[in-house]
Amino acid sequence: MLVTLIRRYSRPYLPYILAVIAFQLASTIAALYLPSLNAQIIDEGVSRGDTDFIWRTGAVMLLVAFLQVGTAIAGVYFGSKTAMAVGRDLRRGVFRKVTSFSAKDVNAFGAPTLITRGTNDVQQVQMLVLMGLNFMVSTPIMCIGGIIMALREDISLSWLVWVSVPILIVVVGYIVVRLMPLFRSMQTKIDRINEVLREQIIGIRVVRAFVREPYETERFGQANKELTDVSLKIGALFVLMFPAIGMILHLSTAAVLWFGGQRVDSGDMQVGSLTAFLQYLLQILIAVMMGTFMAMMIPRASVCADRIGEVLDVEPSIHDPERPVTPGQLEGVVEYRNVTFAYPGAEAPVLSNISFTARPGETVAIIGSTGAGKTSLLSLLPRLYDVADGEVLLDGVPVSQLDRAEITRRIALVPQRPYLFSGTIEHNLRFGKPEATDDELWDALHVAQGDGFVKEKKNGLASRIAQGGTNVSGGQRQRLCIARALVTRPKVYLFDDSFSALDVATDARLRAALKRTTSDATVIIVAQRISTITEADQILVLDNGRIVDRGTHEELLETSPTYQEIVESQLSVEEVA
Amino acid sequence: MSADKKGTSQNPAESSVRAQAANEPVVLEDDDFVEEEYKPGEADGGMFGAMPAKKAQHFWPSAKRLMGLLKPEAAGIYVVVGMVIVSVVLNVIAPKVLGQAMDVIFGGVVGKQLPSGVSKDQFVEGLRAQGQNNFADMVSRMELVPGTGIDFQKLTVLISAVLLMYFVANIFLWLQGYVLNRIVMKVIRQLRDDTEKKLNRLPLNYFDTRQRGDVLSRVTNDVDNVQQALQQAFAQLISSLLTVIGIVIMMFIVSWQLALIALIALPLSGAAAGVIGARSQKLFAAQWKNTGELNGQIEESFSGHDLVRVFGRDADMLERFEERNEALYKASFGAQFVSGIIFPVMQFVSYLSYVGIAVVGGLRVASGSMSLGDATAFIQYSREFTQPLGQMAGMANMLQSGVASAERVFEFLDADEQDAETATQHLPAKTDGHVEFQDVTFSYTPDKPLIENLSFTAEPGHTVAIVGPTGAGKTTLVNLVMRFYELNSGSITLDGVDVTQLSRAELRSKVGMVLQDAWLFGGTIYDNIRYGKLDATEDQVMAAAKATFVDRFVRALPDGYDTVIDEEGNNVSAGEKQLITIARAFVANPSLLILDEATSSVDTRTELLVQKAMAALRTDRTSFVIAHRLSTIRDADTILVMENGKIVEQGNHQTLLAAEGAYYRLYMSQFAGADAEETPVDDSTAVHS
Repeated sequence: MLVTLIRRYSRPYLPYILAVIAFQLASTIAALYLPSLNAQIIDEGVSRGDTDFIWRTGAVMLLVAFLQVGTAIAGVYFGSKTAMAVGRDLRRGVFRKVTSFSAKDVNAFGAPTLITRGTNDVQQVQMLVLMGLNFMVSTPIMCIGGIIMALREDISLSWLVWVSVPILIVVVGYIVVRLMPLFRSMQTKIDRINEVLREQIIGIRVVRAFVREPYETERFGQANKELTDVSLKIGALFVLMFPAIGMILHLSTAAVLWFGGQRVDSGDMQVGSLTAFLQYLLQILIAVMMGTFMAMMIPRASVCADRIGEVLDVEPSIHDPERPVTPGQLEGVVEYRNVTFAYPGAEAPVLSNISFTARPGETVAIIGSTGAGKTSLLSLLPRLYDVADGEVLLDGVPVSQLDRAEITRRIALVPQRPYLFSGTIEHNLRFGKPEATDDELWDALHVAQGDGFVKEKKNGLASRIAQGGTNVSGGQRQRLCIARALVTRPKVYLFDDSFSALDVATDARLRAALKRTTSDATVIIVAQRISTITEADQILVLDNGRIVDRGTHEELLETSPTYQEIVESQLSVEEVA
Repeated sequence: MSADKKGTSQNPAESSVRAQAANEPVVLEDDDFVEEEYKPGEADGGMFGAMPAKKAQHFWPSAKRLMGLLKPEAAGIYVVVGMVIVSVVLNVIAPKVLGQAMDVIFGGVVGKQLPSGVSKDQFVEGLRAQGQNNFADMVSRMELVPGTGIDFQKLTVLISAVLLMYFVANIFLWLQGYVLNRIVMKVIRQLRDDTEKKLNRLPLNYFDTRQRGDVLSRVTNDVDNVQQALQQAFAQLISSLLTVIGIVIMMFIVSWQLALIALIALPLSGAAAGVIGARSQKLFAAQWKNTGELNGQIEESFSGHDLVRVFGRDADMLERFEERNEALYKASFGAQFVSGIIFPVMQFVSYLSYVGIAVVGGLRVASGSMSLGDATAFIQYSREFTQPLGQMAGMANMLQSGVASAERVFEFLDADEQDAETATQHLPAKTDGHVEFQDVTFSYTPDKPLIENLSFTAEPGHTVAIVGPTGAGKTTLVNLVMRFYELNSGSITLDGVDVTQLSRAELRSKVGMVLQDAWLFGGTIYDNIRYGKLDATEDQVMAAAKATFVDRFVRALPDGYDTVIDEEGNNVSAGEKQLITIARAFVANPSLLILDEATSSVDTRTELLVQKAMAALRTDRTSFVIAHRLSTIRDADTILVMENGKIVEQGNHQTLLAAEGAYYRLYMSQFAGADAEETPVDDSTAVHS
């Protein structure tokens, strides 16, 4: 996957990559040429006492050094450009893909892992491309070039290269391969320690209330010991690395001197060639070492690439219709016709055979215990999911045949989990209708019982909202979410248990105000509290994905045992209407 | 919230949230916690993607104290330094010896060309006589016997000596690394233990007044950072520093002229690294800012995917993403390019000195003022010189951030601890649960009085309901019973014993607490219940589970009691979690109970169970209940109505309603509020009172 992914995304930058290779080649050749010039200084300058030659060759060396730095920088330029562009394109690819996902596809992965894939994983791959272009390209060039140059100096010493390079790869590779699982293990131990501490801090009152400090200390001590053990293992192996590498380099040096000395003595080789050979060998070995280190990044980036690939390979399960039907009217008539729905992989359907109609001016309430399928029922209307069987119609047209824009202009949703985007309050309120005026925002806030606390804020509508809305209380968040939906003035309102964080009094005021605003719209409410829905035109009692009873509050009190049970449970809890 | 962030660690976004949240007033008694994590320096930036190092406020004192942590291991450190010195000395001398080997080879080559039978001195004389002074000087410095080739015996000795030196040097290098790592890990382990223990000694006040994420990052990421700094930077710093010193000395010994050339490169590379480094730091800061913004948007768009779809904002989101993605591309390209230049530029500087040494060295060898071996040795020195220098630059960065982290850890370790225990009394094994507040005054901050001169008595076995608006001090009051905070004045007695005379552990072991946020530990349901009594038998745990209705839903879970409660808590509902916390308190079997009732939206039928479970728990125990539910309040033996830290009314439901005072008003607004604005409601749902 890694290779496919990088190949696909780096194709537009092929000219850049070729430039990187060309410049790296030039800079490597320049780097390799320097020892050769140095050898000439020794052989032709020093041994003959030719100071002129020394000066001249020195000047050439300087020129070569300039060439080397120039080409190296050019290489880095194109390398960084390519790597960052590949990263940008990958990120865009993931983002576009996920944007096209349906809720089903998002849930198949889970939002947190999608986020990781779109951010961290892309970064890993991008970093590998960068390192690859900046370092890994030069490793084989350096090796081949070094070997050629070394052989030019003396062929019969070349066996030293064939022996020392594999030894270095084996030794470094062995240590690295042994280290990698240990590093992974260390990460889990660190996570464990952090988890224990996190629990201690968040649950500090519980810990203290139960006098569990000694127990926690012991738990932590255990985690700490495990981390220490792994760290020691890593340390023991890691500190071996550099002495081992050093020893290999020094052994090679000694071997070159010893065997080279004999060839020099027999007149087969010049002293300058000997020093040049020595330096080439060291350059080769260092290049190999770098290459091996870089290779360490590959497994990790490879995992990341697989994870990115998984996202990119998904075909979105919900497509906009190719030939959308435009409904004749814009009213907001909702009809569920024998709807059955199941989550992917689940055995039993979440909803079975659901039928009901909600017309403008009507309020349909859905009640039932957790897991009864209330939220799933709502999410079918904006086509976050597709039905398994039956039809969901909006203004007489199945939602699967509607253009997405036609759906969004009719529907506004207040989700169960009140979610706000980072930015300002007004930016959030305008989410569904960017052109809304301030007056419209205040009107919506007023209805949602949110104008009070927004006015109290120093910056009013311009007050900052942190990501997810974590810097306002749950009740405030909920009211802002309601206001956000109100601003769009939709034909159909979907309230998914949207009043739970409000106290009873606020809830009552909000519903009273809402009633006036939504009088000509269709309202579908999922609720826990009976008090929220007593006035609904129709209440659907949901149990295990089926509508077990339907009717008004009064009717259901008479006829529905399940409804009675729910009312019963709330009475003894709150005894309020 | 935090669960969504798991797996991604994008500091800038989070720190900006944090910085902003820090501007919000600290709310001590709040139902909605602002919870977020702040992770410094956990960036996967690769080699050059270093995070901008946080600056320590008092670098040297903190650095000194950090080093002070190593003091108990001083003996080991001396051994390490000794070994480093040996290895560095050998490492530094070896090239010189290697140079001698080179001289032997060179001498052999030149000697072979010379006529045999004359001594070296005679030959040199002859050269001078011919006026070849340069060559004469060179030969005179060489080790040769005219007419004979390379002295392989000598070469063998020299090469063996070099190998032996390197071998010993590397063995010592390895040993010192091994020992140092053990020392550092020992110290870090101790530091970790200390921070954890400190956590248990800090007053709760400490946690209330700080961002939870900040405390968390001090005890986790900052300690990790210190470990890295010590393990990597400190270990290398010793050897790098000594190596640089050793090489400089050797350079001067071999040839001071060449040494000067090599040293010129030093400020040059320093300046280059400084200029480019400063520039790239800025660019990296921009890169991180852009990364944070973009990742923040990705996080939001993906988390709020449903909303984006329902409101039809796909195109808009995409457009904003494209803008930011492009901005990030530009910023990161700049950062990577500029930082990528450092390596070639440093290389270039080292080539400059290489060329300088080759030329000047060549001239000097040719003029006989230096041997070829020395020149080659010098080239090796100049090469080995740049490596530790570069390392030291990197380590300086790491140390800087390590010290900054250490400073934050030290701040944490230095924080004021809760008052020392002065336990002089003990409670009998069976306590009655008679609680008395006498003139209790308490405030979190001196300038904001909260509870003043509060007195009341809770009789054994009674249920005391505490009602009042948010911020009235209800939670504070029960926290004082637990001695989570120390009183400013007055006293609280349990069965006639002043609670300050008891050890906290003893006091708390008598009290069971069920908190508003049903917080459970990552672990199985069974373990979470047993947390209330670690030595509880399985029967006791089961009994508690049954009594608190936990058993009912646990049986329906595929893994039963072995179900692991994860952070997302997807497998059990909020109400079920609450039930588990009640079971936890139940198994502890305390004589005094504190219940902070949950108000969150819980499936109504589960909520009924919660109520029943709480009632089961209250039987025969003195209970303090922060109540929201009318039923609980009505059944209480005593109702305390709190406003602004004072008990404004006290009595039972009937008497308080009859008095038409604060309770009456509260009752009307909170519980009857729904009726007030609503059209007439059905009989069966009206308030029964």
